[in-house]
Amino acid sequence: MQWLRSIFNRPEKAYLHPYLAGAILGVILFLAFLLTGNGLGSSGATSRIDALVVDLVAPAHVDNTPYLLKMAGGDKNPLDDWIVPVFFGALLGGFMSGARNGRLKLTTTKGPNISNPLRWLMAFLGGMIFLYGARMARGCTSGQALSGGVTLAAGSWVIMLAIFGGAYALAYFMRKLWL
Amino acid sequence: MSFPLESFTAVSAANPWTYVVFGGIGVAFGYTLESAGFGDSRKLAAQFYFKELTVLKVMFTAIAVAMTLLFGAIGLGLIDFSQVWVNPTYLGSGVLGGLIMGVGFIIGGFCPTTSLASASTGKIDGMLFMLGGFVGAFLFGETERYFDHWYNNAGYYGRLTLDQVFGLSPSTLVLIVVVMALFMFWGAEQLERIFGGKNLSREPMLRKVGAVGLLGLALGVVAIGSPSLEERYQRLSFKRSEVIKQADGKDQTLSHVYSADEMLSKRLVFVSPAEAFKVRYQQEIKPVYLDVRSEADYNLYHLADAINVPLDKLATAIPDMLTEPAANTVFIAISNDENAAIRAWKLLAAFKVPNVYILDGGVNHWIATFGAQDAGLHPSATAVDDQLRYVFYAALGDRYTSCSPSPMEFEELDFQPRIVLQLKRDKSGGGCG
Repeated sequence: MQWLRSIFNRPEKAYLHPYLAGAILGVILFLAFLLTGNGLGSSGATSRIDALVVDLVAPAHVDNTPYLLKMAGGDKNPLDDWIVPVFFGALLGGFMSGARNGRLKLTTTKGPNISNPLRWLMAFLGGMIFLYGARMARGCTSGQALSGGVTLAAGSWVIMLAIFGGAYALAYFMRKLWL
Repeated sequence: MSFPLESFTAVSAANPWTYVVFGGIGVAFGYTLESAGFGDSRKLAAQFYFKELTVLKVMFTAIAVAMTLLFGAIGLGLIDFSQVWVNPTYLGSGVLGGLIMGVGFIIGGFCPTTSLASASTGKIDGMLFMLGGFVGAFLFGETERYFDHWYNNAGYYGRLTLDQVFGLSPSTLVLIVVVMALFMFWGAEQLERIFGGKNLSREPMLRKVGAVGLLGLALGVVAIGSPSLEERYQRLSFKRSEVIKQADGKDQTLSHVYSADEMLSKRLVFVSPAEAFKVRYQQEIKPVYLDVRSEADYNLYHLADAINVPLDKLATAIPDMLTEPAANTVFIAISNDENAAIRAWKLLAAFKVPNVYILDGGVNHWIATFGAQDAGLHPSATAVDDQLRYVFYAALGDRYTSCSPSPMEFEELDFQPRIVLQLKRDKSGGGCG
């Protein structure tokens, strides 16, 4: 148990400089394209895990839902896609970085003027809204803005602008959450 | 060796290494995001109040670096761009989905992947964002049926890249994006100074070295340029297998890899008129008879259902040929003999249009095969290469009997099958979608 305790009580280190982190991320993204022809992503895995659950709970419902049929139903395994190992890898990678740099802590990150329960509610709602939009746009900040942006995909640049446009347009009204 | 590696284009249980590679990419991805501070929603939200523009800096450094490396490698011929997933453009669902994502971003304080880095390091808000994400994605699946048509068709442009939109070369665009990113970084630092009270003199000088280095690399990409058509043609390879009966009666499958010129010289891409006719009645293949002759010849006589794209206009049709047709589409290029069709084949092959073949002997061979009883046709004595060797009673187009031979009359035909249907890589599973 000693080692387990030791990963939670490390001294907290500073974050990487943004440009350095960006450059490392760029090299990873390039290597992903080089090896696999695909970029990075994660939101696709969310709907695939959903599809798996629906397939286990109510398989007949999968057969009635066109969107789920693309991923599940018949002999299809919803988890049989490159994005699923990337998703779980990212969870593991985040944990590894947190462990190494002393940032594993059960806590809530929020603006100074709101309560924890409100922040939790907003995080949940935000996640719900974000993923709804991500599935509509066929990709999130990683799969569209980042990966699509690199390949010069026209639609991905439009989506990138729309994401930032939507967030900036609403930022003023949400300032109580963050400032 | 050509990249991306074919064995890693999709995960499969048949090759467990694919899990290792994609899992490893994910680990590196999550590790970097957490190291950049994206496990903390405050750092992400600060972007939208101009206090700290870490999101913009990380994102655009990553885009500029990856783009420079990617298009440099494409220019050097290391990576085949046609095998790289490019998110198809759907303007309607993209714009609305993007705006919705922006709303979720400012309310929830994360994007999907950063919420993973947050949740895995014990942030409760990150975990709840992730959980909300599962609900949101589920709701999308449940509601998509109500706007299915809009979702799949509104502003759909297929595989469209910015260089096509602006009519620039990809490498020029890379340079523009890099310059734009550097300019944005300068602007971001000014904003951080004004709104966030940041002291810029404490920022590392090394970042300026990095900026110059990146600009140099981008100029290098412009100098390399894109591979010429001829280079792309020379790099093509085709796989064919043949089954050989061994002495002991067992079958042995031999696979060969041929260059494009070998495919032509061994006549592996020439389909006989009999095969070209028979594929019309084959369920698994959707033939497109691509008549590359002049419009005048086409009007005189052409195969039923043939479409006329004269050779000099073929290049403009290629983007649609790459994105529009179903994966089991087989193009059969047709000229009077073979000359123009071979040139069409070379062009289409260089652009990586899949499943392109040539009608063996062209229209003249077709008429010789099926037109023996066609009353309106008479052999001509004066034709030279790649001209029609028949005199036509009138320009009836496809209304001569032999344009659509009777499947009953020509039921039994002997031919050496040449078409090996190569299903395009399933790109629908690519990307985040």
